[in-house]
Amino acid sequence: MHISEGVLSPAVLGAGAALTALGTAVGLRRLDYDRIMTVALLSAAFFVGSLVHIPVGVGSVHLVLNGLLGVLLGWAAFPAILAALALQALLFQYGGLTALGVNTFTMAFGGVLAAWVYKTIIRISGRGLLRAAAFCGGALGVALAGLFTAAAMTFSDESFLTAAELLLLAHLPVMLLEGVMTLFTVAFIAKARPEMLEISE
Amino acid sequence: MKLGLDPRVRLLAAALASLCLALLRQIPSSLLGLALGMALLGLVRPRPEHLRRRLAAVNIFTFFLWCALPFTVQGESVALGALNLSSAGLRLALLVTLKANAIFCVFQALVGAMSPSEAGCALKSLGCPPKLAFLFLVAGRYIHVLAAEWQALMDAAKLRAFTPKAGLHGWRTMACLLGLLLVRGYDRSQRACEAMRLRAFTGNFTTVTRFRAGYADVFLAVGMVAFLAAVLWVEAIHA
Repeated sequence: MHISEGVLSPAVLGAGAALTALGTAVGLRRLDYDRIMTVALLSAAFFVGSLVHIPVGVGSVHLVLNGLLGVLLGWAAFPAILAALALQALLFQYGGLTALGVNTFTMAFGGVLAAWVYKTIIRISGRGLLRAAAFCGGALGVALAGLFTAAAMTFSDESFLTAAELLLLAHLPVMLLEGVMTLFTVAFIAKARPEMLEISE
Repeated sequence: MKLGLDPRVRLLAAALASLCLALLRQIPSSLLGLALGMALLGLVRPRPEHLRRRLAAVNIFTFFLWCALPFTVQGESVALGALNLSSAGLRLALLVTLKANAIFCVFQALVGAMSPSEAGCALKSLGCPPKLAFLFLVAGRYIHVLAAEWQALMDAAKLRAFTPKAGLHGWRTMACLLGLLLVRGYDRSQRACEAMRLRAFTGNFTTVTRFRAGYADVFLAVGMVAFLAAVLWVEAIHA
């Protein structure tokens, strides 16, 4: 999911940085100091969770978790993902500094949109469809992040088009897995700490 | 070896170099950028085992591009045995690999040895929004705590004969463990928040770290700007 440095064109890097700055500003404005500790801890948990390998078939994939974070935090997912990715760039050298804007935007905005769909389903149907809404949130988060990543690559250089299509195709099974994992995780949280599902309200 | 330089200057120099190198479109200037990165890395000499793992992380993506681009980009082709590879695709893959590794080397040399708290304080003194710097500092502080928590949860599950396997049972168990990790993170954040409020925390994060820039920092800054200007000059000649 991370695009390395040196892949994207200046215009795409600039647009990604600007959009991330905007999203982060919105997220930070809605975030008060009573909840900032929770957001920081969930950001750290997002970091740890995204390193976990989930077995699929004979191999394993790692989760993206942006849909889950969006569902839990809403717009605060922007600063949370920005902090986690900056730490990843610092500690593990995934992504990197110039691609930070684009990588944050693809994941965080995907998460925010997925959270909107999740909340709309909950608002219409109530808690009855919590599991279905969580599945949609998780799957959509990854799908949108993959789509934005592919778009960023294609806008940078049209030669990347086929590579971007391949990347998107590779995300399809991850999307389903992410949906299933988000479903079970949200169902667990709803039983163990239902107040956690209202952090973003 | 650790550079005895001001973290703010290191961060700014690394950011400037990443930005300049990311904009390159020519092979010779990218090669020069890689030389800059390797020279800086040679000065710092980080631990090889750390470097190897991080280098692999960067090059997984470039490896994917080497597998895809020579076969998918349109244009003139070069015959390699039975394969017909596109020369434009090969060039693009080479360019991206050079740039990605150049930026990686510069970043590793200047920022790699920085601890999250050092970086957080430097970011704050460079004018990063206080809430964002706070998020960065606290998240950096708790990553190892939560990673240890996850390891403990996995160990406990394994002691109860759980083996992570593909399938609904394996996924549900891992999702519950993940949920438990989030719940524990949430509980911990509540306790930390209350403890900090008791210690009169109002949102202002004071630090005892004082940064001071010296001659070595000026040397690094001037040297970096001069070298980047040379790289951009080579880029302009070959454009």
